[in-house]
Amino acid sequence: MTDLSSGYLGFELRSPLVASASPLAKDLANLRKMEDSGAAAVVLHSLFEEQITAEEQSLDRLLSQGTESYAEALSYFPELQSYGMGPDAYLEHIRKAKQAVSIPIIGSLNGVSTGGWIRYAREIEEAGADALELNIYFLPTSLEIEGREIEANYCDLVESVKSKVSIPVAVKLGPYFTSMANMAFRLDRAGADALVLFNRFYQPDFDLEALQVAPHLTLSTSEELRLRLHWVALLSRTVKCELAITGGVHTAEGVLKGIMAGAQVVMLTSALLKNGIGFFRDLEAGVIEWMELHEYESIRQMRGSMNAAAVAEPAAFERANYIKVLGSYRA
Amino acid sequence: MTPVKRPQVTIDGNEAAAYVAHHLSEVIAIYPITPSSAMGEWSDQWSSEGSTNVWGSVPTVVEMQSEGGAAGAVHGALQGGSLTTTFTSSQGLLLMIPNMYKIAGELTPTVFHVAARALAAQGLSIFGDHQDVMAVRQTGFALLASHSVQAVMDMALIAHAAALESRLPFVHFFDGFRTSHEVAKVEQLTLDDMRAMISDDLVRAHRSRSLNPDRPVLRGTAQNPDVYFQARETVNPFYDAAPGIVQRAMDRLAALAGRQYHLFDYFGAPDAERVLVLMGSGALAAEECVEALMKKGEKVGLVNVHLFRPFSAGAFVDALPPTVRAIAVLDRTKEPGSSGEPLYQDVLVALQEAGNFAQPPRVIGGRYGLASKEFTPAMAAAVLGELGQSQPRNHFMVGITDDVSHRSIDYDPRFSTEDPETVRAVFYGLGADGTVGANKNSIKIIGEDTDNYAQGYFVYDSKKSGAMTISHLRFGSKPIRASYLIDRASFVACHQFSFLERMDVLHVAEPGATFLLNSPFGPDELWDHLPQSTQRQILEKRLRVYVIDAFRVAKDNGMGGRINTVMQTCFFALSGVLPREDAITAIKHAIEKTYGKRGQAVVEKNFAAVDNSLANLSEVRIPESATSSFDLPPTVSNQAPEFVRHVLGPIMAGAGDGLPVSAMPVDGTYPTGTSKWEKRNLAQEIPVWEQDICIQCGKCVMVCPHAVIRAKVAEPALLAAAPEGFRSTVARWKERPHMSYMLQVAPEDCTGCGLCVEVCPAKSKSEAKKKAINMAPQAPIRDQERRNWDFFLSLPEVDRRTVAMHNVKDVQLLQPLFEFPGACAGCGETPYIKMLTQLFGDRTVIANATGCSSIYGGNLPTTPYTVNRDGRGPAWSNSLFEDNAEFGLGLRVSLDKQAEFARELLQRFASKIGDELVQAILTADQSSEAGIQEQRGRISALDERIRALNDPGLRDLGALTGALVRKSVWLIGGDGWAYDIGYGGLDHVFASGRNVKILVLDTEVYSNTGGQMSKSTPRGAVAKFAAAGKRGPKKDLGMMAMTYGTVYVAHVAMGANDTQTVKAFLEAEAYNGPSLIIAYAHCIAHGYDLVHGLEQQKAAVQSAYWPLYRYNPALAAEGRNPFQLDSRPSSLALEKYVYNEGRYTMLVRSAPETAAMLLTEAQQDVNLRWKIYEHWASLPYSNGEAHP
Repeated sequence: MTDLSSGYLGFELRSPLVASASPLAKDLANLRKMEDSGAAAVVLHSLFEEQITAEEQSLDRLLSQGTESYAEALSYFPELQSYGMGPDAYLEHIRKAKQAVSIPIIGSLNGVSTGGWIRYAREIEEAGADALELNIYFLPTSLEIEGREIEANYCDLVESVKSKVSIPVAVKLGPYFTSMANMAFRLDRAGADALVLFNRFYQPDFDLEALQVAPHLTLSTSEELRLRLHWVALLSRTVKCELAITGGVHTAEGVLKGIMAGAQVVMLTSALLKNGIGFFRDLEAGVIEWMELHEYESIRQMRGSMNAAAVAEPAAFERANYIKVLGSYRA
Repeated sequence: MTPVKRPQVTIDGNEAAAYVAHHLSEVIAIYPITPSSAMGEWSDQWSSEGSTNVWGSVPTVVEMQSEGGAAGAVHGALQGGSLTTTFTSSQGLLLMIPNMYKIAGELTPTVFHVAARALAAQGLSIFGDHQDVMAVRQTGFALLASHSVQAVMDMALIAHAAALESRLPFVHFFDGFRTSHEVAKVEQLTLDDMRAMISDDLVRAHRSRSLNPDRPVLRGTAQNPDVYFQARETVNPFYDAAPGIVQRAMDRLAALAGRQYHLFDYFGAPDAERVLVLMGSGALAAEECVEALMKKGEKVGLVNVHLFRPFSAGAFVDALPPTVRAIAVLDRTKEPGSSGEPLYQDVLVALQEAGNFAQPPRVIGGRYGLASKEFTPAMAAAVLGELGQSQPRNHFMVGITDDVSHRSIDYDPRFSTEDPETVRAVFYGLGADGTVGANKNSIKIIGEDTDNYAQGYFVYDSKKSGAMTISHLRFGSKPIRASYLIDRASFVACHQFSFLERMDVLHVAEPGATFLLNSPFGPDELWDHLPQSTQRQILEKRLRVYVIDAFRVAKDNGMGGRINTVMQTCFFALSGVLPREDAITAIKHAIEKTYGKRGQAVVEKNFAAVDNSLANLSEVRIPESATSSFDLPPTVSNQAPEFVRHVLGPIMAGAGDGLPVSAMPVDGTYPTGTSKWEKRNLAQEIPVWEQDICIQCGKCVMVCPHAVIRAKVAEPALLAAAPEGFRSTVARWKERPHMSYMLQVAPEDCTGCGLCVEVCPAKSKSEAKKKAINMAPQAPIRDQERRNWDFFLSLPEVDRRTVAMHNVKDVQLLQPLFEFPGACAGCGETPYIKMLTQLFGDRTVIANATGCSSIYGGNLPTTPYTVNRDGRGPAWSNSLFEDNAEFGLGLRVSLDKQAEFARELLQRFASKIGDELVQAILTADQSSEAGIQEQRGRISALDERIRALNDPGLRDLGALTGALVRKSVWLIGGDGWAYDIGYGGLDHVFASGRNVKILVLDTEVYSNTGGQMSKSTPRGAVAKFAAAGKRGPKKDLGMMAMTYGTVYVAHVAMGANDTQTVKAFLEAEAYNGPSLIIAYAHCIAHGYDLVHGLEQQKAAVQSAYWPLYRYNPALAAEGRNPFQLDSRPSSLALEKYVYNEGRYTMLVRSAPETAAMLLTEAQQDVNLRWKIYEHWASLPYSNGEAHP
């Protein structure tokens, strides 16, 4: 019998297949479907501090707009007992998710202020999340901010959150660091229980007819997996914390590659959006089929089997790789 | 017995009444009307929050379609055995009269709480007097008056208790605005108080009289001459007993709460010789006056009337001191043609019937305080002074100058009873800048955190954009009775520096007062920027002046333009009412309470603003002399017509109170074209045209809600005299070669809403953000653009005969005959009205239902409907809210009748006038602009001919010739009118087949009264009276009208398809029968920045929520399908449209599951409606019949 079990953030999981943070997680019915289809854990959609603040400000503006100005209409909306502002809806969702499914629920947080990160991390913990994923993303557009400052912010943040919560904390990163390895090492040292590689971001596109800039996000493709494999393979030999892959996993082969690179789990969003939540089942079947065919006993057995420490040519993950590719073109 | 400690609360009169009514009712039927709407809103809110009555059950609140409907529902609920109440004012109470007779005739206990308000006569007024309650004094209801916020709470309970015991229905009333909106510290009655006052036996007795098939009875018989009379007289014992029952209820309340009221409360010298009699809030001003005069040894007093019906003559006479020699009765109402106003007459009768004076006192009566006209102790003193005359004037007025009938009594405005120890503060703010809200909080802080008494009253503008608010706050250690505005302030705050440039804010400052100014200029620069008269007042009154750049502080702390917290902190620091630290703590506590529900971020930015305010507050060192070389500019240009300068001008300047009776038109008739004389300079930024980028599409002109962007084409030669900097370019019209095109903005009339920039489709090819119009700061370009605007206006208007009316690009060239309305900046309604006037304004009569469009359309001082160079333009009238369809129909019928008679006369006198001209007039084709102009030419010739003939037989025709030119009658109103209160009449007009044009400006709520639900409110939207989201679907008014098959119906949204909108207006106008246009109007009550209004209109159409269609019965007659869908199937999920608006997202946050359910249902509504429409549009028609 093929053993798919895996561990992540201290949880014993039935498989390494985890639902990544996505809008799918907003619906409890989807969470149930994920569990039924074999997802081992779910990362909820992110709580965005910036959005909460913006929504609060926006509510304040709309409730103030035109009020106390004209004698017949001193306000335009009824006074509600609660406007459900702040993180309440998200926290309630965690509580309901915990009741709805038995797989681990990982909260996801995108903060802005240090106070916000800590406050919401604690609230997510209190709401019952089993773990927390910090979805850190600064877009440093200022000419004044140096790279090292940003890197230090990441580390300080992880340290602060870790010191305030007791649930495991994963850190989801983008790939755009000058020294990715160093960054991973420092986050590991700062206390991250896992690194989730890599985040995908909205990028602006141009609408030529309207001459407008519009944010744009397409679903990932299998092509994108290679960047993740590359870094997981490199880091899994050096950092102590766990690693997870997100972005570009669309096939059973992708899952297997991720595990062989050294990931504890692989996470899915685009594949689910494209194929439906039941795709977990297909993937799992595919993984089992491959493992049986190739006589692998367990996921644990293959984890890291092709990382930089385990392959015959570790240089393939480093600069030589680039040269070789060029060479193959010439050929 | 241990005295009960009751909470001290700081609330207004409406809340006080609603608090008691909600606790003592099971059913509450409501309908919004100013100033009573808040009572219904409170009730709805409390019930939706699950607050129970004293019997532990949540009262059922039901919104009706009109006050008439509410009264009917009340009647039914009472007959069903429930304790039932309602709230209303003014016309609303009038609509309840038929039911009131029934309710009283059947001896059914209920209480109607009324914020008493003026009635619409020569003009509408939302303000307070007793005309409405006096109009129901004959119904059989008891009438109980409250004079203060505390009395409102007490009398409300007394009314409910006495109603049950006496079996009489009660109207409990208090003065609209003065009491309904005054915020005051009062002692709150407890639930135990209410239980002690209300007998459960009487409640059960009420139930036992209900209609019940288990013990059936019959009520509402038709009675014949033999018995009706006797039956009508059966109730007399109940009326005889009622005053005693009320007095006993008052005594029971006194035993409970320590406040003793009487049917007639006397205040004054026990040996008074001169006595005032009045009721309502005016009694407080009179009381202050009497007290002051008594201190001077005068023998004066006053009777404060509480129970006006049933009028107890005995109790009244007993209340008078035996020494009284002269009585002045003050009525806050007017009964033209009567022998005196009602209270005056009752006093006379009472004295005649029950008086036992050796020498009966002389009695005079007079009027005061109509429509919240100020009534001050000085006026009371003048009346008492008049009473001391040997021949006092009867049937007088006080508070105005009557130079027509010469019946007004002069008063000495210097007479003041203000307590020097009471702090009196006046704040000038800009609407929605938070000033009023902060002041309400300040009153609560002072009232509830200190032992001080506190009072707040707020004066609002009648304009919806850029309105000024004036807050009047009093507080001190003694109870506050002053029921009038502050005219001697010890503290004046001006929250907008620009106010100083246009008005005198310091006239209210008393010597030595503190003046706090929000100023962009620091303490060292300020002096040179003050007008000379302001400098002089500061010096003469020795004011202490403080400045803060509140906008900067607010902005720095994320507050945008909301300076309320900053100014409030400064007020507390300067007034010293609380130690600074305590004040800051209290302000923060109030912020938490007010804004906590909006989120931590909102609270925190307010906290930051508090913390950073005082460091920026500075005292100004005052120089020794006034040095300024400028002063306040005149309010109105000296080029304005005389009426504007002498009548409207003073109103604009805030000096309307000083206008004498002779200044006012006798019949409510005013000239149009006056808004152009009121230069409000509201916009910080105005649009500036880039002629090289512009494609001359005219969209900006079309969407401008205030008609401040205009386009013209002109011969280039005419531009030779243009001022330097005037912009023009080559006109892009094939039909207008070699002409110049100009787009010009009225810089001083623009509100800066930005809709024009949003709609502009043209962008610079080298800088995408730059459009053909862009917002730029107004101040630096104001003078230049003013010159440009004046020149632009001097250029000739387009020849209307050359305009392709169906073309938006051409429509921009038509002169709007509706300009600069005081609507909200970015209003979604006004662009439709403006376009209507562009297309047909010179021949249109408008019947306008009460609502937003009647307020920005007809609120004094200046109004937006205007005239063209020939002096033609819309003639406009607002009759009522409920009757607009019938009113408009009457106009149409009348115009048709006059035209018919004119044609008859023409034919009768054809030989005298000349057959050729007569035939030409009678057979004229007036379906086009050219045809109408030609007919006007013929009518001029006819007039000339009639004059020349000088035949007395032609005089009638001479007076009617104008009727021979085609006239349009447009009925305009909102959805509150068309879907709810006026629907019955509207339906009748549909069926009438008459040639009236109906424009429904559909904002999907009662916008004018603050966003209450109507039957147009969509499913899932939050509105007042639908705090938990509207459960039912929006009524399909268009479909209902189309079922007649004879009504032209169009569903339009200008922001989605302006061409279809124009086409619909033209077809509606051309159709010879009733036409209905339902126009999507974005609104401030939808909960988003109105700059996005047009995008939302587009989204509404894309989601198929708002399908565009036209139903033209004329097509059916041609064998074609009359129903044409003009928009495409949904390309946008409903949620993508609705979740851009706060009215929907509020529910998503507050009740996510309900929101999700209602969204699903709403999407189903949309889908189903579309399927039905699509099916209909695809039906083949022939011979006027559909063939499925």
